[in-house]
Amino acid sequence: MPVKKPSFPSASPLHPKLRGVIVGASGGIGAALSRRLARAGYILALVDRNEQTLEQLCDEINKDYEETRVVPYLNDVTDYDSAPDALRRIVADLGGLDLFIYIAGVIYFPAIDEYNFGEDLKMVEVNLLGAMAWMSQVAPLFLSKKSGQIVGVSSVAGDRGRVGNPGYNTSKAGFTAYLEGLRNRLTRHGVNVITIKPGMVKTEMLNLPNAPRPVFAVTPEEAADGIWNAIRKRKQQVYISGVWFWLMLVIRNIPSFIFRRMNI
Amino acid sequence: MILSLESQRINMSTPKLERNFFSLQNFGHSLTAPSYVFKPKRAEEIVGAFELARKNGLTVTARGAGRSYNDASLNGGGIVLDLSGMNRIIKWDPVTGRVTAEPGVTLQQLWQSIEPEGWWPPVVSGTMFTTLGGCLGANIHGKNNFRMGPIGEHVIEFTAILPTGAEVTCSPNKNADLFYAMISGLGMLGIFTSITMQMKKIESGLLEVHAWPAHNLREHLAFLLEKAPSFDYTVGWMDTMNGGKSLGRGQIHAANYLHGDEDPNPQKTMKLENQILPPRIFGVFPKSILYVFMKPFANNIGWWGVNVAKYVASLREHTFRQSHAAFHFLLDYVPNWELSYGRGGLIQYQSFLPKETAEDAWREMLTISLKRGMPSYLGVTKRHRPDKFLLTHALDGFSLALDFKVTNGNRVKLSEMLQEFDKIVLQAGGRFYFAKNSETTAETTCAFLGDETIAKFKKLKKRCDPNGLLESDLYRRVFES
Repeated sequence: MPVKKPSFPSASPLHPKLRGVIVGASGGIGAALSRRLARAGYILALVDRNEQTLEQLCDEINKDYEETRVVPYLNDVTDYDSAPDALRRIVADLGGLDLFIYIAGVIYFPAIDEYNFGEDLKMVEVNLLGAMAWMSQVAPLFLSKKSGQIVGVSSVAGDRGRVGNPGYNTSKAGFTAYLEGLRNRLTRHGVNVITIKPGMVKTEMLNLPNAPRPVFAVTPEEAADGIWNAIRKRKQQVYISGVWFWLMLVIRNIPSFIFRRMNI
Repeated sequence: MILSLESQRINMSTPKLERNFFSLQNFGHSLTAPSYVFKPKRAEEIVGAFELARKNGLTVTARGAGRSYNDASLNGGGIVLDLSGMNRIIKWDPVTGRVTAEPGVTLQQLWQSIEPEGWWPPVVSGTMFTTLGGCLGANIHGKNNFRMGPIGEHVIEFTAILPTGAEVTCSPNKNADLFYAMISGLGMLGIFTSITMQMKKIESGLLEVHAWPAHNLREHLAFLLEKAPSFDYTVGWMDTMNGGKSLGRGQIHAANYLHGDEDPNPQKTMKLENQILPPRIFGVFPKSILYVFMKPFANNIGWWGVNVAKYVASLREHTFRQSHAAFHFLLDYVPNWELSYGRGGLIQYQSFLPKETAEDAWREMLTISLKRGMPSYLGVTKRHRPDKFLLTHALDGFSLALDFKVTNGNRVKLSEMLQEFDKIVLQAGGRFYFAKNSETTAETTCAFLGDETIAKFKKLKKRCDPNGLLESDLYRRVFES
């Protein structure tokens, strides 16, 4: 499963290591976050299905630090049965686990009158079911050791079902609810579960057909800084950027009889 | 010779890995490694754990009391077998002084069961909470290393389970190569399941202890050199916080067993209640919470005061009698003392140096540590002699153990300093101890053990553990990275 045999530098009292996993690491926010966490001193297992971009990312980061900070692991999150073995392998290679981040996500922008179950299924599989497959393995580990942080990168799109993309809204709403459930189960055991809700991030997503016009969009680096900040401060739920908190506060509270007549 | 346990294997229901994932720490609380922890009660369960590891592509480490200062009993992300549940004394013969025990038996359990009958473990560590399995794995020494050698020299026979599932019995005459490698072998060849040892006869519950002040490093080492051959136990305390002319000053304690005729009432002094460490200080202050009050003093100024006060108190040359437990288990006087070092915990740096080069090397090291404002808070010296065990740390010379407090602010500086220390020690022909130092690299290990020893050890490892199932964080650090 690992592309190369990992050889992380060994931890010692004077060289302590924080250990993390990022699932969906080679995407826009994933790559920026990998760099951000490597800079913060983490050693990371980077999981993705895209071998080429993943390896390239790892090589770049490791070259910057002249030591192994990140190791690539190939995995397709929709291959749910492979998650337990993959996680066990990663935890053994890292020598433990302090932080788990799920950032894998896909989006398809349908036309306003388009109903595409194939694409909806893909979104639910990657955005929600893959996350559940991994997190249902991570949760008992953290529960047992009574520490750890789980970060799910959901979306503001999960806050409301909207005219534009019911399938995507569903996948993210499900993910947000799943994370909230985990939080309620695990906080009492010392585990911190963070829901990240990015608004718009300037990644390839915004170049897809039918993609909306960027509004309050941030760069992947800014998003990564925001996520790192949430991890550092052990937050519960964070909108990125902050303006989306106010925006979504309004949108969440628009009564249905108005909202169903609107085009947002 | 090598029995297979295949036939008598008890079918363990596959334990749930995820439910047994616990964060383990080293004794100094300076490392955390989450692992799948299992607590076997019988030898068969160890075989089961090896199978579980093989099936899941994981590695296994044995852990006793977890009293090592470093990563010897940690295996981050792997399986840790907590052997403290295998803690039965199987056979004890008060006539011959032979004891057979499981590896999880602690020194405390051992001495408390044999002392009232006039016996004492031949070699003990500075704490009584270590387990026999751990003691053998690290081949520990005591304050009598020069006279009695390491604990391994008092082992008559042991049985161990190899990762292949085979059971092997070793003694100095039977499977001698494994005997001398598994003792000192850091649990990397197999896991002890029963250990037979010879105890030491005592005629009194007391030791006669002599104390001399040493005014500088030269005098300190000269004392150790002079006293070690003629006393049963010799140990030095070094004030590591004062330099200049008095660098290396301290106090030497040397003790002898009392003979029956020297103790007016040996029956009484050998009673267990006369060996127990008092639970209160000055009769009122409970020791169990003392570490909390030590916390504010666990800094350069606080420990400087302690060192100076201790030195002043030690200036009087005197002789006194002390119980065995009180003399040996100094580290147990203040329970949880290691917690007083705060969140970063502590590390110990122990170096073993030939008697010819020790003075210059330690002078240099202590001067560096004082100059950089990172003095050790506690220094302990001992006299040593070489032994026959494969991964031995001993030599004809001395050891100096230094405790350092770890903080977020000093990690980088401390690490640099210890790397310099490593160079000084290697240059002086010194050695290191795998139960103590946490920063020793593979390169340093290779330099002091020698390629030949390492090749021999790895060959034995290949034979005992062909699939490389036994691995600890320590093993990966000193033999692989």
